Amino acid sequence: MTLLAPPTAESAPLHRALGLTDHELDAIVERIGREPNQLELAMFSVMWSEHCSYKSSRRLLATLPVRGRDVVAGPGENAGVVAIGDGLAVAFKLESHNHPSAVEPYQGAATGVGGILRDIFTMGARPIAILDALKFGDPAEPGTRALVRGVVQGVGGYGNCVGVPTVGGELVFHPSYAEDPLVNVMAVGLVREEHLTRAVAPGPGNFAVLFGSATGRDGIGGASVLASAPFGEGESSKRPSVQIGDPFAEKLLIEASLELIHRRLVEGLQDLGAAGITCAAAEMADRAGTGIVIDLDAIHRRETGMEPFEVMISESQERMLAIVRPERLDEVRAVCTRWGLPAAVIGQVTDDRHVTVVQGRSTERDRVATDRVTDGASLLSHAVLARIPAAALTSDAIVYDRAASRPARSRPAPAPGAPPIAHDGLPERGTDPAAVLLALLGSANVGSRAWVTRQYDATVGTDTVAGNEHAAAVMRVKGTRKALVVATDAAAQVAALDPYLGAAMAVAECARNVVITGARPLGVTNSLNFGNPERPEAFWQFAEAVRGLGDACRSLGLPVTGGNVSFYNESPAGAIAPTPQIGVVGLLDDVERLVRPGFGAEGDVVALLGDAVPGLAASSYAEIAGAAPEDELPSLDLERETLLQELVLTAARRGLLRSAQDVSGGGLAVALAECAMWGGVGADVALPVGSAPAAELFGESPSRVVVTVAAGSWDALRHLAAEHDLPLRRLGVTGGERLRVELVGEGATGAAEERGAGVADEIDLALSDLRYAWDHGLARALGAEPPPDAHDRSPARTGRGR
Amino acid sequence: MRVGVVVFPGSNGDRDALHAARLAGAEAELVWHESTDLGGSDVVVLPGGFAYGDYIRAGVLARFSPVMGGVRQHVAQGGLVLGICNGFQVLAEAGLLPGALLRNASLRFEHRWVRVAVERSDTPFTRAIPRGRTLRLPIAHGEGRYFLPAPDLEGLEAQKQVVFRYVAPEGNPNGSAHDIAGVIDVSGRVCGLMPHPERASEPILGSDDGMLVFRSLLESAAETVGAGRESAEVVG
Repeated sequence: MTLLAPPTAESAPLHRALGLTDHELDAIVERIGREPNQLELAMFSVMWSEHCSYKSSRRLLATLPVRGRDVVAGPGENAGVVAIGDGLAVAFKLESHNHPSAVEPYQGAATGVGGILRDIFTMGARPIAILDALKFGDPAEPGTRALVRGVVQGVGGYGNCVGVPTVGGELVFHPSYAEDPLVNVMAVGLVREEHLTRAVAPGPGNFAVLFGSATGRDGIGGASVLASAPFGEGESSKRPSVQIGDPFAEKLLIEASLELIHRRLVEGLQDLGAAGITCAAAEMADRAGTGIVIDLDAIHRRETGMEPFEVMISESQERMLAIVRPERLDEVRAVCTRWGLPAAVIGQVTDDRHVTVVQGRSTERDRVATDRVTDGASLLSHAVLARIPAAALTSDAIVYDRAASRPARSRPAPAPGAPPIAHDGLPERGTDPAAVLLALLGSANVGSRAWVTRQYDATVGTDTVAGNEHAAAVMRVKGTRKALVVATDAAAQVAALDPYLGAAMAVAECARNVVITGARPLGVTNSLNFGNPERPEAFWQFAEAVRGLGDACRSLGLPVTGGNVSFYNESPAGAIAPTPQIGVVGLLDDVERLVRPGFGAEGDVVALLGDAVPGLAASSYAEIAGAAPEDELPSLDLERETLLQELVLTAARRGLLRSAQDVSGGGLAVALAECAMWGGVGADVALPVGSAPAAELFGESPSRVVVTVAAGSWDALRHLAAEHDLPLRRLGVTGGERLRVELVGEGATGAAEERGAGVADEIDLALSDLRYAWDHGLARALGAEPPPDAHDRSPARTGRGR
Repeated sequence: MRVGVVVFPGSNGDRDALHAARLAGAEAELVWHESTDLGGSDVVVLPGGFAYGDYIRAGVLARFSPVMGGVRQHVAQGGLVLGICNGFQVLAEAGLLPGALLRNASLRFEHRWVRVAVERSDTPFTRAIPRGRTLRLPIAHGEGRYFLPAPDLEGLEAQKQVVFRYVAPEGNPNGSAHDIAGVIDVSGRVCGLMPHPERASEPILGSDDGMLVFRSLLESAAETVGAGRESAEVVG
């Protein structure tokens, strides 16, 4: 594919070939006061792409709550930063790399990891954790399996090599992702507040130093070609737009960047991601209210014959742009040399608020040092290839109000002739609840992720207290008693039917997953994955999700500190289920008080906080058993959710909780099974069921937590629940090697016995049976060999419950 | 005791080894790969990671780095060297330890907690480990399948050079010959293993079994340093 074929009479005009509309060309002319040349047009095309400009989403994102007591840096920086005390802060962000991963799964996923890591260490933070949220189509399809293998190896190949542990995430299969897999990666880093570094270009006369890998032709137009247009036929032709990652270079880049920052040798630092040098130069200048002049000839390249536009928009990986005071240049060069990284002065900060690209001007060090350029216009004696106001490329880029309209139908119609599912009731339908539980535990979306997470180094860095096995990762903070608790969640199946609810539920669940460890959530990051925003139905989904995200964050008192938007996740086969992926970071004041999900000891009281509400739609149960057409989504009461989280935090702080586990995928029965398997302790519980036992047992209504307390703490917990006006139900006691759940109440016994269906109104399974189903589900679904030692226990549980 | 932890470009277990050595009570410093001076280290640790990107194959480039000259000299002078994961691969490539580390039998990177038996408690690396004690340690590698041609393997066993062996319940995670997880050279001064003792350094991390290795080194070095001082006094 040639991006800059000379326009001919027959072919489309150049701006259209680059993905800009006629209206956008007019807007460019208005901003620069003349027709742009080819290079300028190429720079605009990437900077005004949806991916870089947020032109469709910017207005809605401005409605999100961003303030918080501890927020140090919010949206607009490379990552959100929140203070955690002791002079430390945590930097974190979620980002998508969907389209590249669809085209080239290994490199797409690998460079997704590399990109988000750079966003973290650019700010001066050392990355300490990676989480990957992956979404694929039917695991039985060979195409899906190839994608899963490639993406998982890409995430692992990069993260393992740079030495940042991959400690959590999600893996979800849903038919809507068949053509458009989602690869969202979250990274978390730690920084001393005094080392926080911004991506700015202050001080006219300062040098712009490019260091890291050489610039090549890879990733040309990644932002515009891949990330900002729907997939059509022949997408393999887009492969040259995918970047190639080198984790070894990234590792050197991390160490060199942190050394430069810790020694205070740079005035500003920005990684080169989407839109390459153009984006870094324009954003740094615009944030600082300065300008920047870039000398093309000074940029070290990995191939010859590159066109100016290729150099300016190349997305070659593992590169950084630093702003350096002239007297610091020698030291900066020495640090880069020590880490084996090429570094070159490629330009200077000016005061003219323009990005100017020149050629043929020597940037040889001595020359530049005497030739103090402060005004890009004075460079007109050199060959000026492009000259654009920095703001026109970034903060003053075009913005759209897209049309939004509610889709006529949010659920697929039943196939013609398909038998109607009349009733969701168990055991009235003659279904053995134990069989359903085993099926759920062994399903691709609920079973153990070990087949994937075994390929990720989760323990490098010696901070991982808990990772991968459970819903949240726990990373201790060396030199303190604290720990960071990190989770990422989405509720795409819910969002497919109701994007507002899906987004709000994802926030609630993600925060809950942090809270159940005893940690206080600090902030929210997000990656909003949607279809084509120019389609009113898809944009309605986006608008609804942003509204749900905002409402949930406001209710829980959580600031949104950053995130990204990925549109155009659709193919001729259709669009993805709208997927607002949420990431939450929380702080645990004392890691020794960590509450784990597994049952901790024999003889503890098992209780359920919160109540089930009806609604099986979008549940894992519905996926395997079918939902009734009239069935609805469970509702979310944000006020109650907030109270529940406060209650759990208080109980944890007072040391009441022996264990706590969120009720989510697979419902209460699966939550109990997980508590039992993970803790290595069984339980004997009785569950009152009403008219809809399936919803009670397997429904996924939110705002529920399974807790255990020592018998002596039961009254204290009861009082606490009463104070918070929240339902608390005592279910039974822990102990033994089996999980026994007896169904009692009107929805149980009679029905099965009278019908003589021979179906027990109970679940009674050995832990080893639960574990077997849970261990083997994913590998079986993917047609892979089962994990060789699938019965082993996670390190987090050694020495407990034995 | 002074521990020098070598930093190759691409090392990523260097700070972990430093952390564990200091926890054990050692004075520990990083040693840059371009240096041949080990800064008076009693023990040199070659840490985990991907030295020089592990291009061509794991460890093959690192053996040519300047610091390896210093390491050889250190060995010749009776110093102790511990290679962990990538460090083991480097020592094997450098010929300081027997055997080669091939791609895992699964052909995938494998991270998990394993259990290793300690076959010898009379080495400087294991002397603090009670006889019969097994260690719970994490592994994280793509190329950890220990290989040695059959006759050499018999020799290795006969010489009791196998120090760590994967055992049940998790068993052999990578297809290593004879379930070998770690070996020692004939001098008994150079040891390498694929599992990560430095990561099993605190109970909060899931296990502190790895500290037994660092404590063994501390004991051994104290003895050597003590002996050295004694003889110096005699000479003086």
